[in-house]
Amino acid sequence: METNSRSTGRLPAAFLTPGSSSFWDFLGEHAPEQLPGNRTLPPLKGAVELPHGTTIVSAVFDGGVILAGDRRATMGNVIAQRDMEKVFPADEYSAVGIAGTAGLAVEMVKLFQLELEHYEKIEGATLSLEGKANRLSTMIRGNLGMALQGLAVVPIFAGYDTDRGRGRIFSYDVTGGRSEEKGFAATGSGSVYARSTLKKLYRSDLTERQMVTAVVQAIYDAAEEDSATGGPDLIRQVFPIVTVMTDEGFRLLPDSEVGPIAREVVDARRERPDGPQAPVL
Amino acid sequence: MSTPFYVSPQQAMADRAEYARKGIARGRSVVVLQYADGIVFVAENPSRALHKVSEIYDRIAFAAVGKYNEFENLRIGGVRYADLRGYTYDRDDVTARGLANVYAQTLGTIFSSVGEKPYEVELIVAEVGAGPEDDQIYRLPHDGSIVDEHGAVAVGGNSDQIGSYLDQRHRDGMTLAEALELAVESLKRDTNGSDRQITAEQLEVAVLDRTRPQQRKFKRILGSQLSRLLATEPAESSGAAEESAPSSDSSDGPAPTAPPLDDE
Repeated sequence: METNSRSTGRLPAAFLTPGSSSFWDFLGEHAPEQLPGNRTLPPLKGAVELPHGTTIVSAVFDGGVILAGDRRATMGNVIAQRDMEKVFPADEYSAVGIAGTAGLAVEMVKLFQLELEHYEKIEGATLSLEGKANRLSTMIRGNLGMALQGLAVVPIFAGYDTDRGRGRIFSYDVTGGRSEEKGFAATGSGSVYARSTLKKLYRSDLTERQMVTAVVQAIYDAAEEDSATGGPDLIRQVFPIVTVMTDEGFRLLPDSEVGPIAREVVDARRERPDGPQAPVL
Repeated sequence: MSTPFYVSPQQAMADRAEYARKGIARGRSVVVLQYADGIVFVAENPSRALHKVSEIYDRIAFAAVGKYNEFENLRIGGVRYADLRGYTYDRDDVTARGLANVYAQTLGTIFSSVGEKPYEVELIVAEVGAGPEDDQIYRLPHDGSIVDEHGAVAVGGNSDQIGSYLDQRHRDGMTLAEALELAVESLKRDTNGSDRQITAEQLEVAVLDRTRPQQRKFKRILGSQLSRLLATEPAESSGAAEESAPSSDSSDGPAPTAPPLDDE
């Protein structure tokens, strides 16, 4: 048991040392083997086939920000999972969506959620949105060794900045490099196509519902061009995961809200398979 | 080196216990009560920054009296213990019983170790369950013992008197406003039997509310919400500032349920 590292059964000194409000730092000191980045990997020969998650899309609208993801996980040519969840609440006002090696990514999200909650409990105040984004940056950097061996995790972090009163998006690369995106962002293998769609459809004055539709259009286009991305599955009733952050906090849209929008998008594609058209000039 | 004077173990322990008890008795009390929807923590604490009541985990909260730096250390240790355990296993595997055991071991070891001064703290660890019968409240005195409490419990300076006052009047299924009123009444008891005035600004109130939709059931009750709750019951004894509050909808007997809490 982790607390019994000294035979007395009392809390070890590391628990009672004041200072750090970071769970990540505490883990690094007390139980470094539990940090994902500290594992040593045996040398890999050739590509390892592991479940991968794919397309995450995010877009800012007036009053908030949307973060959405498709549901497919692939392992080489095989579809490993049809209903994977890749978008998670980080805390009350932010969410994180992940592309890359699924197992590592889910673990990183778990640790990130805990990091924010731990800080909040110890300090009695929440981190600023920038502070949260920087923390995630550090965590991705900690995974660099594995990323270079092909086990990369590339998230998007989106949240409502209560200080500035608007939604914000941060995208990352495998080295932990962080950049704030204006308007919209996408990551994962289908992100190229999703971004092209949003480029044509995005307007900052769209309402929340219109922006959800635009995001579903982007995921649909990504699914059409990228075999590792799954579109809305009307047969199995598996729809993209859509989350919305506003000044009222984090909200996961239920299937009863995403379903009708996804159906509308699919129905419109029956008329026009390539989706809505933008004017040439 | 000269031979130290012989002090019998009983005497040494009694001295340490008295030292700790004196330190604890200097502070104001904290009371913890079960009510219909959970557990309420009420502390007399004029500070808004230095809390006596805090969240530990989803369903677990912590209250303490005594020396601030000592119980703050224990609180942080508890948060780290709970978060590490939840990360290693699952969120459901973090229990008040486990945490109370770790605190008891820690306090007990420090109390009986000759090299360290005993902690001048008394803690309460409480966990809200699915129903009132599943609620757990543990009181941890300075020497590392654990007392399993039910209904209502007081720790701190005047805890014996406050505790017996609470025991006589507390009953199961109280509303939050009723429990809060009883808690404030009990805190007003002074050592010499006279009543003091306690206003909303001097109180730190928090609840573990089992009806909260969020996973984390802990919530502080602050500002206007606290004043509203305190004003819900007609103040019969020694009317505090609440009496001047408009009695629009609160006059018609005790409200059947506590006013809804605004979740942030």
